[in-house]
Amino acid sequence: MILGVDLSYWQVSVLRSLGILVAVLLPAGTFVYVFLFKMVSFMQSRLGPMEAGPFGSMQLLAEVGKFLQKEDIVPERADRRLFKLAPYFVVGTVLLVYLAVPFGPDMYFANLKGGVFYILAVSSISSLGVLMAGWSSANKYALIGGLRAAGQLIAYELPLVLAVVGVIIQAGTMNLSEIVSAQAGGSIFGFDGIGNPYLLTQFIAFGIFMIAVQAELGQTPFDMPIAESELVTGYITEYSGLRFLLFFIGEFASAGAFAAVAATLFLGGWAVPAAWADLNSNWFNLFGPLIMLVKMMILGGLIFFVRFTFPRFREDQLQKLAWTVLIPISLVNILATTILKVAF
Amino acid sequence: MIGSLLAAAQNADAPTLVAQNISFGIIAAVMIYSAIRVVTTANVVHAAFFLVVVLAGASAQFILLGAEFIAITQVLVYIGAIVVLFLFGIMLTKAPMSGEEKLSRDNWPLGVLTSVVMLGLLGYSLVDGFGGDRIPADLAPTDTRVVSDAIFSQYLIPFEVISVLLLAALIGAIVIARRD
Repeated sequence: MILGVDLSYWQVSVLRSLGILVAVLLPAGTFVYVFLFKMVSFMQSRLGPMEAGPFGSMQLLAEVGKFLQKEDIVPERADRRLFKLAPYFVVGTVLLVYLAVPFGPDMYFANLKGGVFYILAVSSISSLGVLMAGWSSANKYALIGGLRAAGQLIAYELPLVLAVVGVIIQAGTMNLSEIVSAQAGGSIFGFDGIGNPYLLTQFIAFGIFMIAVQAELGQTPFDMPIAESELVTGYITEYSGLRFLLFFIGEFASAGAFAAVAATLFLGGWAVPAAWADLNSNWFNLFGPLIMLVKMMILGGLIFFVRFTFPRFREDQLQKLAWTVLIPISLVNILATTILKVAF
Repeated sequence: MIGSLLAAAQNADAPTLVAQNISFGIIAAVMIYSAIRVVTTANVVHAAFFLVVVLAGASAQFILLGAEFIAITQVLVYIGAIVVLFLFGIMLTKAPMSGEEKLSRDNWPLGVLTSVVMLGLLGYSLVDGFGGDRIPADLAPTDTRVVSDAIFSQYLIPFEVISVLLLAALIGAIVIARRD
């Protein structure tokens, strides 16, 4: 039952398969155009792409066409099979992450009981693709980039998981749909006008989550793996054409995916966090994805604003931040959440 | 292989389990092939990636049994952490692009013997313990709450023992690594 139309199982399945492609590509494309093309241009006092379409809005299609035309080069000494497989690992991970994110009361791809836990597990698979790309390129820059990326992903996986634990404890569930309704139906000291978005109570977890996401995505200030001034572009150095495009899509689509997860965990997801909103109303199947997109754009804006304004961390500073600052703080946050949960 | 698949499909009581039985057969075949390739391939990195396939297959089998939490844990711990650590170690030390090096040790027959004995022991204990059990036709994913309640009530002491063991291993690793 979606929007009052009865659909059979196979129709729902086809719609979900198409929907997940839209869910991956639409935010990724929007992020690239709005933030990478226009916001950074505005910050640097220039116009950005203006030729293709009104205000350069068709520039993205032109770029895709350009990459598709380019030759798909595999280095002679490279491990051909792994080299060709690696980009699909990275993009496939993003598809798997979106699988558990709900966009409305019935607008979900899969309503998993352990939704948050599942997302954390599959997002760790992308480090395999990165290591695969780095090693199989038979290039020292690529190998060092791949190793740095994997080390960073391992280090920041832990604060990411630990930050989410606080939200899980407060919501009392790992299912993302239930976390959404727990936030919409919650109240702050008896006042339920805006529900209880966990941004307010779990702001420490939110901060740690966003820092860890920035590192997981390899965005500046954590872009040591693809530090272009010393490693060319790290593990992507040898890729061209379609496979480079896949890495590029993977980077921005996973930014969208993590923005969606953060919006669901901390900003109330597809629901308007308010007690008067009827969460099972069919309208939310229509407006839920739009509300979600707005929240994703806000968080994406945050991610890219940090990316364009901060200088790069050194490799040892980067590891030190994760192990000696973020992990202890997130452990304290878990302890505090547990005590408050039992106390109230 | 197709014969065993059909046999597995026919063994099912409920029609809903036919798809599960066929999936089990396919995933098991892929797992067995990859497991053999882990030890026969001439390239260490390829071996690690075949190990990923085996572990992912085990996770898929858990999902077929409705054990969602264990399946996810399998991916998070084994694929996301342990294999990545393996690959990290291999690539950081020495990762030959072509597998010209001899990977097999001379005492591999002893390894074969050990694994055959282990297979016999595990297989016997599984068939002996659960041989007569059947998967319920209305199989639903186990709630994580049920798992955590079981861990913190019925299996509390084994859980604590394992925690202490892991802590000891962690401290041991730090002691070995520090050397100052």
